[in-house]
Amino acid sequence: MDASAKTMDTATKSPVMSRKTKEKIGNAITYIFLLLLSLLVLIPFFWMISSSLKQDNQVFSIPMEWIPSKPQWNNFVVIWDQIPLLTFFKNTIFLSVVITIIQVLTSSFAAYGFSKMKFKGRDTLFLAYIGTIAVPWQAYMIPQFIMMREVHLTDTLWSLVLLQAFSAFGVFLMRQFYMSIPEELSEAARVDGLNEYGIYFKIILPLSKPALTTLAVLTFVNTWNDYMGPFIYLNSTEVKTIQLGLRMFVTLYDAQYALIMAASLISIIPIAIVFIFAQRYIIEGIATTGMKG
Amino acid sequence: MMLNTTPKIVTEKQRRRRNNLIAWSFITPNFLGFAIFTLVPVIASFVIAFMKWDAFSAPEFVGFENFKSMIHNQTFWISLWNTVYYTIGTVPLTLIAALLLAILLNKKVRGISTFRAAIFFPYVTSLVAIAVVWNMLFHPDMGLINDFLRWIGIDNPPGWTSSSKWAMPAIIIVSVWRGMGYYMVLYLAGLQSIPRELYEAAKIDGANTWQEFRHVTLPMLAPTTFLVLILLTISSFKVFDLIQVMTMGGPGRATNVLVYLIYNEAFVNYDFGFASAISLVLFIIVLGITIIQFRVQEKNTDF
Repeated sequence: MDASAKTMDTATKSPVMSRKTKEKIGNAITYIFLLLLSLLVLIPFFWMISSSLKQDNQVFSIPMEWIPSKPQWNNFVVIWDQIPLLTFFKNTIFLSVVITIIQVLTSSFAAYGFSKMKFKGRDTLFLAYIGTIAVPWQAYMIPQFIMMREVHLTDTLWSLVLLQAFSAFGVFLMRQFYMSIPEELSEAARVDGLNEYGIYFKIILPLSKPALTTLAVLTFVNTWNDYMGPFIYLNSTEVKTIQLGLRMFVTLYDAQYALIMAASLISIIPIAIVFIFAQRYIIEGIATTGMKG
Repeated sequence: MMLNTTPKIVTEKQRRRRNNLIAWSFITPNFLGFAIFTLVPVIASFVIAFMKWDAFSAPEFVGFENFKSMIHNQTFWISLWNTVYYTIGTVPLTLIAALLLAILLNKKVRGISTFRAAIFFPYVTSLVAIAVVWNMLFHPDMGLINDFLRWIGIDNPPGWTSSSKWAMPAIIIVSVWRGMGYYMVLYLAGLQSIPRELYEAAKIDGANTWQEFRHVTLPMLAPTTFLVLILLTISSFKVFDLIQVMTMGGPGRATNVLVYLIYNEAFVNYDFGFASAISLVLFIIVLGITIIQFRVQEKNTDF
């Protein structure tokens, strides 16, 4: 069944061993190998957790102590006073939630228009959407910035909401999904006298829960992790996101290794929770669109 | 049906107009935001590249002036080279790692999704936290990586992010580590779409595991590899976050990449025109890669 099972095959050619036992041993070897591999990949995170519970001068002590003998739980309390972590959290949550809601609502609405309705200029318009997905954001971030500066929105959270809530990606993803819903369904509803809004709310929307969740989770995670957007637009401490706050902390207190690791860990935890509960949607979303790198 | 025909013809035009109106009501909320904040800036970016626009004077048209000063700007060429270096390092390594991981994790055993999630996890974690922890792991004197290298007998381990020779390899390592899980997911989807019968046929022909991989898996994965190659190359040309947090383009200009230069010119020096000219170059490169790879793909479809 796999390479490790095959090695077992040649190593233990004893006819006494049943097929089942062999399979079991093969499975065990596969498991151990995969476990070691996963642990290896996750080492930076273990190091982060371990260091966050140490004193600053212990972080780099040799030999490395993976499980701190005297865990400094206090690090996770002190950090909230060292930097306005709560403010950073509030700003990040605001951005992630507002952008996700607007993105999901307007995208799914627009995608219905693009996939289930025929109107003049539809394909040209959609081509414009697709075309901009291919343009790197870095190529048009400058005009965006000039625009936002003109209306005095730089250094506010709203600038990022406006820039990121109407992305073409969301429309593209939802349209992909709506195209897979058989046209007969809407036709039947039209015959039954349902108008387009009725079809959207009563038939398409309930069917598209998985796609909506995928888009919501992807948007939320992307916004939470975004660095370059906030980095360009947000300068004042009161509007900074958790990513910017962490970056600021590292610059200001570059020798407080343990506290830096504690802050890093705190910044990751919300995403880790989202990931644990919604990884199916994230992975499916990536596999079906292959977009958003 | 027959009875309805006459009034329907009369209102056909009206009906179509009504239908258009309804369609637009669906699209407008998104389209307004999209047109103002994406479409207009995309078009404007082409115009600004031909203007002198800075913090000190009113914008004016200068033709190819920005592009001329770009060609004579040494930092531009260094950044372009660094971006290419980063791309050449990151793309093949990530692609191979992703492919191997996908083959390894494409098994139907219990708990496999947990292993996949573990490999994928670095991709969803915030870049700042990742860059910060790797910076500590890469610490030349005290970091875990050099500890390990000394332990296996390398007396003079590299200086990583503090050395202009090793800073880029360090960033490439982190990049591969972070990205491989993402592209593994694409490869897993590709692997699962290969029909079982092909492997059965190969078995009957007496193919061994390597031959199976070489003559069934690899050719069947060609479309996925093509997609991964494009996505990886394009995202490599757009690299910024990792470099901003890990090295800030340094030491010296050792990791100064195109987007970092664009950022500096636009938002530190407020030289919007010059920065736009460089971002136009970035756009043309990205477009060029897509076109070249499509051509290559067209030639290779009949393997």
